[in-house]
Amino acid sequence: MRTASLIEALVADRAARGRPLARGLVGALVAGAAVSLALFLVEFGVRADIAEAFVTWRFEVKLAMVFLALALAYSLCVSLSRPVMSGRAAWRLAPLAALAVAAVAIELAMLPAAAWVARLVGSNAVVCLTTIPILAIAPLAAVLWFLRRGAPASPALAGAAAGLLAATAGASLYAFHCFDDSPLFVVTWYVLAALPVIALGAILGRRLLRW
Amino acid sequence: MADQSDLTTLMRLARQGNEDAYRQVLGRVSLWLRSVVRREMVAAGRSAADCEDVVQETLLAMHLKRDTWDETQPLEPWLRAIARHKLVDHLRRRGYRDHVSIDDQAECLAAATDPDADARTDSRRLLESLPDRQRRIVEEISIEGRRAAEVAVRFGMSEGAVRVALHRALKALAALYRKGQS
Repeated sequence: MRTASLIEALVADRAARGRPLARGLVGALVAGAAVSLALFLVEFGVRADIAEAFVTWRFEVKLAMVFLALALAYSLCVSLSRPVMSGRAAWRLAPLAALAVAAVAIELAMLPAAAWVARLVGSNAVVCLTTIPILAIAPLAAVLWFLRRGAPASPALAGAAAGLLAATAGASLYAFHCFDDSPLFVVTWYVLAALPVIALGAILGRRLLRW
Repeated sequence: MADQSDLTTLMRLARQGNEDAYRQVLGRVSLWLRSVVRREMVAAGRSAADCEDVVQETLLAMHLKRDTWDETQPLEPWLRAIARHKLVDHLRRRGYRDHVSIDDQAECLAAATDPDADARTDSRRLLESLPDRQRRIVEEISIEGRRAAEVAVRFGMSEGAVRVALHRALKALAALYRKGQS
């Protein structure tokens, strides 16, 4: 087929169809998160003392961290799904790191040193490590499926970003279940829970996101 | 009014549904690609004989991945990234089987101006392995230059069904290139 003929076929297929990547990713994320929300409500549920929790700074900071992580992971995911390699993509997560460091510093300043370990270990570490990945499965599947429409400079990195996005979606739900609100707990166990999801995303991304 | 000769502006018009703008974008991109791809293949020590195949595969990728272009950004860096990705892919797939010789270069230069060269392209060959209906729809539209509405009447389908089949065929072509059946 001559190139001029191919061009006619491409023109007939219309440039206008399809929606921008960034908007489509929101739809995929919402669809995946809806499945996890149903699972969350049936299997886990909102903590009993949610009303009291809302007026404590630790709970509010926890929510701020998970939702900031969700927003930044989304922006990272969009950026890494494009063919133009952005050299400083990881810097997008800098505000989250700054918030985490500040929250941990305040917690350490407010608590006596003797209480640090108890707050760090908390009482839900194992629950956290299993629940966040479970709640991340549906968002990861939906996001990876959608990102096959992308054209990532690095499929593995884009997959890792999809894993991070799915993990933050899972963590955003889990944060309403878990009553360990200390920044020491959140920064340690939420991050550890996200790692296997990120790794799985990278492995799947390498295979699924090639173009 | 914005400068319509600017590639980025043309592509924005194309995204709004302007077919002529899209035809112009693809035409100009193919000219640019042809020179870049040939230069890069020679620089990589490969024969440039199949440069037109790389041009076509890249045009197809650019079309299918057009949603990944951020319309607030200039088009050219995005284009270069796609061209680089496809070129690297192509060179890796072909391995070290082809050797460069002066004859190959001469053949490529000749091929570029040969109007009957389409019989030897990968796209021609890959098209043959598509389902019959899809292949004929692509041929009617691309080679015969018919509009989707006319093809719909000829095949007794709705225009929407023709467009769906065309889109599937283009996606299948891209997948065939990727599998390296070329």
